[in-house]
Amino acid sequence: MITKSNLYRKEKVYGYLFILPPILGLLIFTLFPFVYSLYGSFTDWDGLGQMNFIGLDNFKDLFSDELFYKSMYNTLFLMLGIPIGLVLALLLALGLNRKIPGTTTFRVIYYIPVISSLAAVSIMWNWAYNGDYGLVNQFLEIFGIKGPNWLMDKDTVKPALILMTVWKGLGYTMLLYLAALQSVSRSYYEAAELDGASGFQMFRNITWPMVKPVTFFLVVTNIIGGSQIFTEMNIMTPTGGPEYSSASIVFYIWDKAFKNLQMGYASAMAMILGIFIFIVTLIQFKMNEKSSFDGD
Amino acid sequence: MSHSQKTKVTNIIIFIVLAIGAIVMIAPLLWMLSTSVKEKQDVFALPPVWIPEVFQFGKYKEIWEAGPLLSGIKNSVIVAVSVTVVGTFTSSVAAFAFAKLRFPHKNKLFLALIASMMIPYPTVMIPQFMMFSKLGWVDTLLPLIVPGLFGNVVMIFFLRQYLLSVPDAIIEAAKIDGSSYFRLYSSITFPLIKPAVAAQLILWFMGIWNDYLAPIIYLNSPETQTLQLVIANFNATYAIQTDYPLIMAASIIALLPVLIIFLIFQKQIIESVAISGVKG
Repeated sequence: MITKSNLYRKEKVYGYLFILPPILGLLIFTLFPFVYSLYGSFTDWDGLGQMNFIGLDNFKDLFSDELFYKSMYNTLFLMLGIPIGLVLALLLALGLNRKIPGTTTFRVIYYIPVISSLAAVSIMWNWAYNGDYGLVNQFLEIFGIKGPNWLMDKDTVKPALILMTVWKGLGYTMLLYLAALQSVSRSYYEAAELDGASGFQMFRNITWPMVKPVTFFLVVTNIIGGSQIFTEMNIMTPTGGPEYSSASIVFYIWDKAFKNLQMGYASAMAMILGIFIFIVTLIQFKMNEKSSFDGD
Repeated sequence: MSHSQKTKVTNIIIFIVLAIGAIVMIAPLLWMLSTSVKEKQDVFALPPVWIPEVFQFGKYKEIWEAGPLLSGIKNSVIVAVSVTVVGTFTSSVAAFAFAKLRFPHKNKLFLALIASMMIPYPTVMIPQFMMFSKLGWVDTLLPLIVPGLFGNVVMIFFLRQYLLSVPDAIIEAAKIDGSSYFRLYSSITFPLIKPAVAAQLILWFMGIWNDYLAPIIYLNSPETQTLQLVIANFNATYAIQTDYPLIMAASIIALLPVLIIFLIFQKQIIESVAISGVKG
């Protein structure tokens, strides 16, 4: 006979059994490496010999490492694509939210770059940015503009990468905005219209507040994603670009860890990246709490 | 102009803007496709030739001999299929336990999993690499496969949310009937969450198929490389010879599987992304 306490004991065992794989995965592939990396960042770890504890030396060296500053700066600079992408995506979503034909087709087309392999589209953009025959310059030629050799010039390589990342991510951002817009009740707009509100007023007082949580979510996730940008530069500018002007922080970590075997030094950088992402995530949590207390 | 007329005109203008935008978005990919079937003189022609006079499909034959494209595809399939099949199983079972079973510290453990999402891959990749290199797994597919078998936190999170809307009564009733816990999962909850599982599985598959950072860390020899690395090497090798049709043909091959999956399941994928994003 099955008793209640018997049933519960069995349920407990199966509960733990069922969640065992992800919990083990967390311990083996995330927590342990993370602690190891933290420890490694205080050592002269080269991946081969002994790990000698050297205190804060790696961090001290980082703050006088020109390439570290450069790759940090580059990573932050590339994030200029985030506001550009948000504005464009919101405008597109507003358009798609109207009763016009072909909205499904538009959604699919705008989303195709999102699902496309980043390696393949990096190769394609690499070719599109070619100074002599690239698609971008051929397009500019229509307007009589002689385009630069985008990826070979330290002034244009970052804008070129921004354009590409905006193109790649636009469909995703647009989709989330569209989903948010579709959850806004029509009656708000109808009421505002009766009150004689202008289109801009409606946008400012209804649409914008309603999509604010999505905007915030997108800003945070884009910053987290943007701080880990790697594939684009690895394929398009394998040496980090002219004067290292397109190397991102992950590119520099990868370079130091797996090319120069300075694992300790690279770990220290990874920790700084980790702290940055932790802070951004923490802000998101705090803001989420706040907005749920606002009660809207 | 009346109100409805004005709306009509606005809609036409917006349609045109959206159409131009769509053309701009798809143009680079179409250009990639057109380049892959061009003859060499057309590739560098000014003004650009969009539709070549003669379609040269020769490059699509040549790529199979020019590099380890076939083994790249095979490796990518091995990694993506084994991880998504086993990982989806472990993830959905765990999601079931987190949503429907009672055991101590459940919520704390779930929170720990969610918190682990905050730790980005670049911060753990170096020790992970050393770990796998100690095991002698570098230059094999194992470092790409094994971690995924333990499940995917995003998927667990998403499926758990989905399961919370399934009434407990169904499960309680089956429990009283003496159904085993695995049966509760396999014959009651799993069928209910199938659409969510499918959408998550596809998204995960795409993620693994398109991954580049982990493969470039672990795989050196051409025969173990995944498709993304193979085409990146094509680019590095053949760009010097300016054999762009060949590079583009290989890239098209790398895009095609996910593109086909996307076009078939676009409705579910788009919905799933929209839900997870807006609720996140």
